[in-house]
Amino acid sequence: MRSGVLDRRTVMGRLLEGRGEMIVTTGLGATAWDLASLSDSPLDFPLWGAMGGAAMFGLGLALAQPERRVVVFTGDGEALMGMGALSTIAVTRPGNLSIVVLDNERYGETGSQRTHTASGVDLEGVARACGFPHTVTVTTYEQVDELRSDLHRVAGPLVAGPLLAVVKVALTPDPMTLPPRDGTFLKNRMRAALLGPGAIFE
Amino acid sequence: MSEPVSTFQNPAGAWSAAVYDVLRDGGVKLISFVPDGGHRGLIERAQADPEMRAVTLSTEEEGVALSAGAWVGGVKSVLLMQSSGVGNCVNMLSLPRTCQIPLLMLVTMRGEWAEFNPWQVPMGQATPRVLEAMGVLVQRSDDPDTLASEVHAALRLAYSTYSPVAVLLSQKLLGAKVFGGTK
Repeated sequence: MRSGVLDRRTVMGRLLEGRGEMIVTTGLGATAWDLASLSDSPLDFPLWGAMGGAAMFGLGLALAQPERRVVVFTGDGEALMGMGALSTIAVTRPGNLSIVVLDNERYGETGSQRTHTASGVDLEGVARACGFPHTVTVTTYEQVDELRSDLHRVAGPLVAGPLLAVVKVALTPDPMTLPPRDGTFLKNRMRAALLGPGAIFE
Repeated sequence: MSEPVSTFQNPAGAWSAAVYDVLRDGGVKLISFVPDGGHRGLIERAQADPEMRAVTLSTEEEGVALSAGAWVGGVKSVLLMQSSGVGNCVNMLSLPRTCQIPLLMLVTMRGEWAEFNPWQVPMGQATPRVLEAMGVLVQRSDDPDTLASEVHAALRLAYSTYSPVAVLLSQKLLGAKVFGGTK
């Protein structure tokens, strides 16, 4: 797989167009900054740490909120650290969870060292082998638009389970746009949005 | 209900029913775990309960992130593991700590009272200190008769104070694993 040419923030922006009630969470680092550059919604939960945990955090949200779409954006380095989670998610089969790996084949926050995807490790193939019913590797903007439709498809009996997309993106020097870094704020803001203002008093 | 397992049959597992009732009555809807013989009764009850979601994890830290996401979405959960799994959770505990998200862990202890396996000793002995180093509130239980009330208190402590709480189920409570075979 040659490395990507797609622009990560253009990709995320297109995928989130008209997102409505969709919950969006991210791994640490670039995907968190990407989301902050596009959105600051109560339905956003960018992680600032807990590397390897983004997909499972998304699974928790998806199980708790089965009527909503949950999308996890994360990077290739973060996804590699939590690779076992792909097996857990595939077995749990949440129909409303999608994982989008923005794969630039680098640890972008630490000096752009190569990740294993730069040497050919295929995270889509891992997800497929784990049993994800929907997987795709995206290398063109036409495919991004198709992926957008899939992410926004309403969960229902015909949706057989989770989706994992690997989007091959370019290594780009994007501005570091910071989301709120107070985790209790992110938590209370999302709980109030999902559960009503009374959730703060629980 | 269950297939034949190792020689460890959870002899003191009579407490499982009372603890499970405490969790259910406390509103827990999600139980995740890397299995341990000591947790067998809780796991089998959860898997048989249509009102409970039981999630098998590939490593314990997954459960920390799972519980955090679930509670942000409005669902209470509990995470079951053996003491060896505590070491796998260390950095992930940053998530509930930083965000003040409740977390209840029930940890079955190894590497202490009547242990047979030397490989269990380092992590077992370090377990309380590792948890405390990450800011987890630790309760230890040696008595099967009071365990359910201990878990009830821990559930309340976690969810009322937005804290990570671990209940350590001592090896004395559980009964030490018996290994077959001689050399």
